[in-house]
Amino acid sequence: MSQYLILIYERESGYAEGGPEVWEAAGKAHGRFAEQVGEKGGQMLGGNALQPTSTATTIRDDIVTDGPFTETKEALGGYYLIEARDLDHALEIAKLCPAPFGGVEVRPIMDMSGSAG
Amino acid sequence: MTGDGPEAADHEVSAAVADAHRREWAFVLAATARVARDIDVAEECVQDAYVAALDAWTRQGVPRNPGAWLTTAARRRALDVQRRARTLRRKLPLLIEPGSGAATPSAPAGAPPLAGPAAGCEDDVIPDDRLRLVFTCCHPALAREAQVALTLRLVCGLATAEIARAFLVPEPTMAARVTRAKKKISAARIPYRVPGPAELPDRLDAVLTVIHLLYTTGHTAPAGPELVRADLVERAIGLARMLRELMPDEREARGLLALLLLTDARRATRSAADGRLLLLEEQDRSRWDRAAIAEGADLVTGALRGRQGPPGRFLLQAAIAAVHAEAPSYADTDWPQLLRLYDELLRAWPTPVVALNRAVAHAMADGPEAGLADIEAIERDGRLAGYRYLPAARADLLRRLGRDQDAAEAYRIALGLTENAAEQAFLAARIAEVSGASPRVE
Repeated sequence: MSQYLILIYERESGYAEGGPEVWEAAGKAHGRFAEQVGEKGGQMLGGNALQPTSTATTIRDDIVTDGPFTETKEALGGYYLIEARDLDHALEIAKLCPAPFGGVEVRPIMDMSGSAG
Repeated sequence: MTGDGPEAADHEVSAAVADAHRREWAFVLAATARVARDIDVAEECVQDAYVAALDAWTRQGVPRNPGAWLTTAARRRALDVQRRARTLRRKLPLLIEPGSGAATPSAPAGAPPLAGPAAGCEDDVIPDDRLRLVFTCCHPALAREAQVALTLRLVCGLATAEIARAFLVPEPTMAARVTRAKKKISAARIPYRVPGPAELPDRLDAVLTVIHLLYTTGHTAPAGPELVRADLVERAIGLARMLRELMPDEREARGLLALLLLTDARRATRSAADGRLLLLEEQDRSRWDRAAIAEGADLVTGALRGRQGPPGRFLLQAAIAAVHAEAPSYADTDWPQLLRLYDELLRAWPTPVVALNRAVAHAMADGPEAGLADIEAIERDGRLAGYRYLPAARADLLRRLGRDQDAAEAYRIALGLTENAAEQAFLAARIAEVSGASPRVE
């Protein structure tokens, strides 16, 4: 099994403008997704939603500035760390991850265990 | 050449090795990858096996089954490398699954090789892993250009320099592209397997698209070293043939092979002696390759008879090519049949370019007005704005309707959109013709 990070990139305005119903629906969808990972034979190792980019602070060359690293239409809004057999399996799971206002990016976690060899 | 001197024998052996390289590379590499569990190691072992073959076959004669000989040699080398380097971390480990079922858990990377082939692999039946290799090279997680490069490198055994020449990019660019793709296969753990039934239609479509792209790159490129380009055409047809052989029940695989054969049957007649491109209606049909047409048409007939739901875009394009190839002349083409096929193609593959081709068939079947109405609808759609064949097709219909002034204007728009000298000359001649400057050509 390998570990993959599912990064959720979405338009933040989708939630800001959607109101409480959108939040509620997203909460339910993510709850369901957490169950589906196991049903698909993967394992959920963790995950979090992030506060919007308006709360972000960037440090570059020790200089602290307001705002996210890059201003993009779709911002990183949350992530899951999962375990899957291979990329096909990880993609099968990630396809179920809710992201109504954008999409998800799947990144393999770098395996540092054997790097000394 | 005397035919029996040592030099002649050397020639014979190098020819046999070259032939085995062309025919067996994919089989040998695919089977070796399973043992080596590392793409780069597998490639090196297969290269070494071909070098060893040159020497061994000169001494012992060419074996009856060169592919099996090469596979055994390459796999032995791969096992040696593994034994020596077991403790070393591999550069590009490949994810091999014990079974082919999607649900079977895979061995962890770095596990010892599978029990079976490790013990005296020369006695085992060597599994045909070519499909795994092709599907891995054309995995959707790889960019299209990387899929194309990897397929040529790993499935066809072309050197990076050859691939770079064929695609007119500097060799370091192509080398970086291949290396990046191999690293992604290993780091993201793209599995070495044939996709399950649920994913198969999409994944097969990617493989077919890559092969078709190889063909069209070799077929239509006006620039570049000719021989390499012709080689690309041969490689694409070879790949299509291999896929059709390995997936006999997939009608789109059959459709692709048919499409390539039927298109390639016209290769010799596509341009005039002076290099000018010839339209379908101007081509000398007596010089078309009848054997290729017969084979392609047979494939189409067989595949259309199958009952697996509606035919896909490759089979329908092949059916259209077959109608053209079997028509005695442009005028005597079965246009109503073509129109029906284009209707189906538009359903299977709703793109404005298909709609434009359908409009041309519509005009031939039901008259220029019918086609013109279709083209106006495509213009309103807007997606083909700037596509030079749209005003060119419109101009041609206007010319046939005798609306010379409108035709000249549309030809001028088309002329402004092309930078190809042959096309510019063709359009300029048409403008002169509808402006009354030269006699009408029918």
